Amino acid sequence: MKIRVDQDKCQGHARCYGLAPELFDIDDYGTSSVVGDGTVPPELEERALLAIANCPEYAIEEVD
Amino acid sequence: MAQTQPVSSWATDFDVLDREYVSSPFEIWDELRQKCPIAQTDRRGRNWLPTRYEDVTAIAHDIGHFSSLEVAVIPFEGEEPDEPVLPYGLPPISSDPPLHTWTRRLLLPWFSHRRVAGYEELTRNLCRRLIAGFADAGRADAAAGYAQQIPVRVIAHILGVPEDLSDTFTEWVRDVLEFADDAERRIHGMESLVNYFVAEVGRRKEEPGDDLISELLQVEMDGKPLEESIVMGAAALVLIAGIDTTWSAIGSSLWHLATHPDDRRRLIEDTEVWPLAIEELLRAYSPVTMARIVTKDVEFAGCPMKSGDRVLMNFPAANRDPEVFENADTVVIDRMHNRHVAFGSGIHRCAGSNLARMELRVALEEWLSAIPDFRLAEDAEVTWAGGQVRGPRQLPVVFP
Ligand code: HEM
Repeated sequence: MKIRVDQDKCQGHARCYGLAPELFDIDDYGTSSVVGDGTVPPELEERALLAIANCPEYAIEEVD
Repeated sequence: MAQTQPVSSWATDFDVLDREYVSSPFEIWDELRQKCPIAQTDRRGRNWLPTRYEDVTAIAHDIGHFSSLEVAVIPFEGEEPDEPVLPYGLPPISSDPPLHTWTRRLLLPWFSHRRVAGYEELTRNLCRRLIAGFADAGRADAAAGYAQQIPVRVIAHILGVPEDLSDTFTEWVRDVLEFADDAERRIHGMESLVNYFVAEVGRRKEEPGDDLISELLQVEMDGKPLEESIVMGAAALVLIAGIDTTWSAIGSSLWHLATHPDDRRRLIEDTEVWPLAIEELLRAYSPVTMARIVTKDVEFAGCPMKSGDRVLMNFPAANRDPEVFENADTVVIDRMHNRHVAFGSGIHRCAGSNLARMELRVALEEWLSAIPDFRLAEDAEVTWAGGQVRGPRQLPVVFP
């Protein structure tokens, strides 16, 4: 599984980071990005799906 | 809060200061969502009140039609001065891009995860100190004696202003937000805040410290320092936006826990549930409603909105929309899917949300660890404030 954050949509709610800090980085302005190239280790897939389902701006998506 | 005329119809004559709406708006929203999802009223000018998640978030994102130049839910009915001290209001909240974009960026780093982690110990010590003051008494006012005391002191620290002025700040902010329909109190609160920050800015120019006001005074834009009115507006905003809101969230959460022993026990026994629980409490008891001003006539979801109309950004009702949340009117303490918008939606997302969350979590952690078992006192009344910010103002509880 691989995910990405659309930074034009991200408004810094930080819900992804709250649910899966291993998968996201947040800069000083609140904008989120994926750690590394966005590849999600199998044991964190469930949390990645949670992050996707909790983003109020629909800014996170699965890419493949 | 002033007495309001009885509401003849929630769809066409709503009043957010109505006593029933303030203490329990949930059924009113449920009914409106089914019958007339965007309600209207001609009280205090023409206002619209969306109740569906889809509409509230769409309006928040449509800054071309819906401006933040006026965000007060209750329009100001006094006279505006010819030369206001704060010509830009309270940026970024009361502004649209481009002013919004760069003033928001000035504030954001102060409330990043990293910075907020640095305020946690101070918050925790403060909570412990407050609890020690009433733990032996067997009863407390969890709103006025606890929730209300926390955020103002943390913000005072960030702004570098004296903690012993906390009660005064609280009074001014309540005048502005909670007594907004009383022009005299509202003017008094706003003028007091503005005068205070004018004096503080003067003082920091002489003796800079390592606080938010001093640092903003050192920021340069295009080789020039920021206009002082921007610094004053932003500092006043942090105080206004950061205290009533967060203490309301803490108070409502304690009200919930006082009346729901199962959720209380779950929090005490299961630390993993906390991150979900905090978001769920924020969702179910969202304290903040904002406003937008219609800048161009537009037909929105069948409603003929005219330039100058006010739209009340009903984030609290959006968060109870059954289209988006299963069992929307129930607190599901471990709710997994929770795209709530308690901190708004779009470009004005609460700049202080990391701080607010930390304060809410620490305030509840410390309360539950000292007072795991508590309930509402039977001999005293719970009172609520509403309008712009909803939360308990008097919350008498007893504990063994
Ligand atoms: C539980 C507590 C809080 C809630 C529910 C809350 C809610 C909100 C909401 C809904 C907005 C969006 C306004 C809009 O769309 O017009 C907002 C904006 C804002 N909040 Fe909060 N807030 C809370 C705590 C705080 C705290 C602690 C601070 C401290 C600094 C703060 C500072 C701000 C600022 C500066 C803005 C303006 C952001 C902008 O316009 O870009 N808030 N808040």
